Amino acid sequence: MAQLTRRTTALQKTLSAAILSTRHLSTSPITVETSVPFTAHNIDPPSRSVETTPQELLTFYRDMALMRRMEIAADSLYKSKLIRGFCHLYDGQEAVAVGMEAAITKKDCIITAYRDHCIFLGRGGTLLEAFAELMGRKDGCSKGKGGSMHFYKKEGGFYGGHGIVGAQIPLGCGLAFAQKYSKDENVTFAMYGDGAANQGQLFEALNMAALWDLPAILVCENNHYGMGTAEWRAAKSPAYYKRGDYVPGLKVDGMDAFAVKQACKFAKEHALKNGPIILEMDTYRYHGHSMSDPGSTYRTRDEISGVRQERDPIERIRKLILSHDLATEKELKDTEKEVRKEVDEAIAKAKESPLPDPSELFTNVYVKGYGVELNKSLLELDLTNLSRFSVEQSLVLFSNIKLTLLVIDCISQSFGADRKELRAVLP
Amino acid sequence: MAAMLQSFGVATASVGFSDHSTKLSGFSVHSLPVIRSEGRSISGPINGTRKTGKVITKAVAAQAESPASAASKPGHELLLFEALREGLEEEMDRDPRVCVMGEDVGHYGGSYKVTRGLAQKYGDLRVLDTPIAENSFTGMAVGAAMTGLRPIVEGMNMGFLLLAFNQISDNCGMLHYTSGGQFTIPTVIRGPGGVGRQLGAEHSQRLESYFQSIPGIQMVACSTPYNAKGLMKAAIRSENPVVLFEHVLLYNLKERIPDEEYVLNLEEAEMVRPGEHVTILTYSRMRYHVMQAAKTLVNKGYDPEVIDIRSLKPFDLHTIGNSVKKTHRVVIVEECMRTGGIGASLTAAINENFHDYLDAPIICLSSQDVPTPYAGTLEEWTVVQPPQIVAAVEQLCQ
Repeated sequence: MAQLTRRTTALQKTLSAAILSTRHLSTSPITVETSVPFTAHNIDPPSRSVETTPQELLTFYRDMALMRRMEIAADSLYKSKLIRGFCHLYDGQEAVAVGMEAAITKKDCIITAYRDHCIFLGRGGTLLEAFAELMGRKDGCSKGKGGSMHFYKKEGGFYGGHGIVGAQIPLGCGLAFAQKYSKDENVTFAMYGDGAANQGQLFEALNMAALWDLPAILVCENNHYGMGTAEWRAAKSPAYYKRGDYVPGLKVDGMDAFAVKQACKFAKEHALKNGPIILEMDTYRYHGHSMSDPGSTYRTRDEISGVRQERDPIERIRKLILSHDLATEKELKDTEKEVRKEVDEAIAKAKESPLPDPSELFTNVYVKGYGVELNKSLLELDLTNLSRFSVEQSLVLFSNIKLTLLVIDCISQSFGADRKELRAVLP
Repeated sequence: MAAMLQSFGVATASVGFSDHSTKLSGFSVHSLPVIRSEGRSISGPINGTRKTGKVITKAVAAQAESPASAASKPGHELLLFEALREGLEEEMDRDPRVCVMGEDVGHYGGSYKVTRGLAQKYGDLRVLDTPIAENSFTGMAVGAAMTGLRPIVEGMNMGFLLLAFNQISDNCGMLHYTSGGQFTIPTVIRGPGGVGRQLGAEHSQRLESYFQSIPGIQMVACSTPYNAKGLMKAAIRSENPVVLFEHVLLYNLKERIPDEEYVLNLEEAEMVRPGEHVTILTYSRMRYHVMQAAKTLVNKGYDPEVIDIRSLKPFDLHTIGNSVKKTHRVVIVEECMRTGGIGASLTAAINENFHDYLDAPIICLSSQDVPTPYAGTLEEWTVVQPPQIVAAVEQLCQ
């Protein structure tokens, strides 16, 4: 029940509770077999049988439907130019996010690359924060200053959201180092893609993690394409779970949420005792690499629809639910409708959220302290004249004239020996 | 007077260490205060050809006190690398979250002995010997900082940190901003840089010019044992990522520093020698070349005001501005390259802010835009030498 409560607060769902109350489902565990057995490197794989409960099945379904709906809504928002820049969508890969969350706590850390919207949701992020951030509004998780590739949730143990391919892996090992330093029995999941698997910093970080037995779990989300380059064209050895050599690895069907859950549970136990382990999640993305990539120039539509028919993660859970008689078709459809409504409401609310204040340009560059302060009062800009211009025109005006003058004014005013609060400390 | 006191970071003159009080008393315009570390440079030859060892020689022997008088003076004497270590040790004692990582910092004691003895005292995890993987261990430090640890990354030579540029720029500098303030990255990245004794091009790099545009980091350069310890402590206590530039040739400077704990202000410049005729702005090793040139200039009747800017990002425009308003002439002496160096940025900043106070264009003396050659004479000509500084001041003050 604790797990259910957590899921509820995280994703604000109501329908699962309704289903349970009307159906009086038993809480007895259900055993599910993963789609394929695990392939292991230098380690004994966990068993194919996964224990689960009806609540968990329904939770998985709802969570994944929510994530799918969010990504599809983001797609149409991007096409209507409300989301700009780069937008990397996760639909097809939801099972990895959901299965991982089921195996760990919020004290464990997750760090990933730029395909981070769904993992952010799983870690406790709200739809409003996600959409507001995508649209660059103040209520976004990074106050609109990060964008699609920079979602973070400190309370949820989600460390981002990183744009440069592979750079998050040493960061992930740093998180694991801090966990070992503070001896707090938690692990870090450092996620990366099959494209990033060829980065040198991965092997450097892996070496250090193995050397010092850091509780780091490196998760390769292998969706078989590094942007437009298929894995066999980029890697001499596409068996990414074996690439760790002295570090054990496990290959997991990433479209099966229970396989992911089992593997992550197994990996957490291993990492806390023996140091790093690599998990390769065999998964697939339906969209292209990002919104500017149609996704069909380097793979056939047949391939995409084939995967959708045979391996779709939500379909798998739906079949399981129906076969175990946990809900009817209609109830599942209602869940989907409810999820869709939730997403639409969040989008509407996010659209109403204001753009960040121009003074936010200079906040959070430095932290107050033995650091630089900018005199906030000098940054209050007179906006009354600008209401007749469009947003773009006003911003151009700002950037050319007013901000430059104010910045100089701020800088010349804000340093020096007369700032008493930054005085050197002497007895 | 009060401003001078404040700029030394000394609360009251009554704290009174002999050297610093001598500094304070040197306000009368034409006397040169005896600052012990600068005193070293007197013994170097004026014409810039150094055939006999270092400019900063151990001529401290000439001014050594007898044991009795040494005991009576407050403070203790130590070398710059020992001052850095003292600052580091005090901070590690004070806060258990402070840790060090770098190549050979643990068992070996640090390639310049800054971390000697610390691994034996604090353990292998807290003073971590990393493999040779700058990009990754800098990234690891940033990741650890995101959770609340306060790591200090040592680059064995600053030039090696070019391999970690992505981590320093994107993650160290920008994470606080892109996360909307959720994460702070209180790291210190330190290491020796600068032109040494014929170390070759790749080991003589000055990275302050490469890092200066990175938003979100602070950069400081230490030049004396006193400010090395103070800046090290301030950098560790700062919530911002700080890059602390040390210089390979300055590690053996000896100075008497206070026994009491002190922390310096990261954004402040240091008034080395007050004057009236011209402001000379400098930092790190060039401070000593400037002080050497200052001796010649004083003999020729000029009165240069020498400021060690210390804070390379952001500039202490308050101190610099007051000086410019007083003297109306500026010479910048730096070891950075001419193109895109600290001097170039400082010239632009002074021109923008204090244009009305300048009587003449700013002269910026920097290293040549060449890879540092190995041959001794060529290497000397790469960096700014005291005669060039004297010539520049004379030209400016015509």
